Amino acid sequence: MSAFALSAFGERRPFRASWQVRLAWLALFVYLVYAASTLELSWPRFVQGLGNGAHFIGRMLPPNFERWELLLQGLAESLEMAVIASFLGVVLSLPLSVLAARNLMPAIVTWPVRFLIMLCRSFHPVIVAIIFVKAVGFGALAGIGALTIASVGFLGKLFTEAIEEISLKQIEAVRATGASFMNTIVFGVVPQVMFRFIGFSAYETDANLRNSTMVGIVGAGGIGGTLFAAFQRFDYDFVFAILIAIIVLIMIGEVLQIQVKRVFKQ
Amino acid sequence: MLSIRNLSKSYVLGKPVLRNITVDIAPRGVTAIIGPSGTGKSTLIRCINRLVEPTEGEIVFEGRDIAHLHGQDLRDVRRKLGMVFQEYNLVERLTVMENLLTGRLGYTSAWNSFRRKFEQADIDHAFELLDHVGLAAFANTRADALSGGQRQRVGIARALMQKPALLLADEPTSSLDPKTSVEIMQLMCGLAEENEIPVMINMHDVELAKRFASRILGMSGGTIVYDGPPDLLADDKLKMIYGGEDWLA
Repeated sequence: MSAFALSAFGERRPFRASWQVRLAWLALFVYLVYAASTLELSWPRFVQGLGNGAHFIGRMLPPNFERWELLLQGLAESLEMAVIASFLGVVLSLPLSVLAARNLMPAIVTWPVRFLIMLCRSFHPVIVAIIFVKAVGFGALAGIGALTIASVGFLGKLFTEAIEEISLKQIEAVRATGASFMNTIVFGVVPQVMFRFIGFSAYETDANLRNSTMVGIVGAGGIGGTLFAAFQRFDYDFVFAILIAIIVLIMIGEVLQIQVKRVFKQ
Repeated sequence: MLSIRNLSKSYVLGKPVLRNITVDIAPRGVTAIIGPSGTGKSTLIRCINRLVEPTEGEIVFEGRDIAHLHGQDLRDVRRKLGMVFQEYNLVERLTVMENLLTGRLGYTSAWNSFRRKFEQADIDHAFELLDHVGLAAFANTRADALSGGQRQRVGIARALMQKPALLLADEPTSSLDPKTSVEIMQLMCGLAEENEIPVMINMHDVELAKRFASRILGMSGGTIVYDGPPDLLADDKLKMIYGGEDWLA
């Protein structure tokens, strides 16, 4: 009898859908409808877009590799920018992350450094690239600057977090031998974070490779400039060739990244 | 050798963990510190090599108060104080040999340690010690591939690499099985005896302490309540250290 006693107060349910959750879903739906209406998203507009797209794709095919020299030159420049920026980013992030790690440094040091790293991460690389183009002029230098800043923002944060997660017991033992601060870093901190740092750096190089194809759109060097010019001249078959080349480049980068991680695994 | 005078330590103001500890450690022999958990055994050991900052008092080591040293002076003193940890505290991703050479970092510049460039005499000493602790075949094995007993052997060898004037051990066998515990104690006390290094050990295994130590310090409530040879450590003394009596039956 007691097993049924509760049914007097209604059914027992294993999950409760609260009215707040329902309200949130409703609000989201209403906003979607509102947003679509203000942007004049409608079926006729969509159909018109489809036709336009079909025409566009028709003009892209077949890809035109006639200007392959220009293409290769752009790709090479992008690659160089990505590698240089990644290297600079790693070199700058290493000392910054040690200074930003709250388990190694007092707050008076970590705060300004953490702020600096946050500043580097605040803007999208394209925005930084625009600033650099205005500051140092068109070309690869601006792109390298922008990508380096982005790398410091990203790697600085990840390196710092890796350092903050290390085992302090191992550090304690190294300190107890009378090792200096730098020796403690070399023998206590670095071995613990090395593998993760390599993984992060490989990932950031990959990201830089992708971003390096884009900063060219604002005049900061690399294949992006070629791509943008091709768009503006309606050379859609050449655009397609460039897009294929970028995909190949990213794929090669991906393979290299996996190889690097495999070599340093353990 | 080591003379601790009126040493006090409070992590939280007004709640001292160590109260006015005064004790002298002779230049030879094994001193075991026993006592209930949380009574400050670990804090006492760590005050000596300053992994913990003492609040008050003096620690006179080789004729000099080391309780308030900083920077290079502190590092110079730490070089002479070997330490063995409960959880071994090896750098897991370094090899056994690298862990041993960690014991020489106090004598090595950062640039040389970065290049893994150590004195040949130190390297020879490291191989010799590895032989002594029975791990000659493991020089290039990474520390995280070793068993608990093997790790503690590396921990002992690392501390001895410092050629310490005093060996500190913080619960060195608490993470090990009974058989390995005895082996580790034999190894550590044997090597210390051979090299004429005094040893201070924290233990919670009273029998093990009695077996290996020539002197027992019993701590309770942050003070030393027993100081004497192991054979005088009768039940009434143990009751005084640990409190209660049911566990003695």
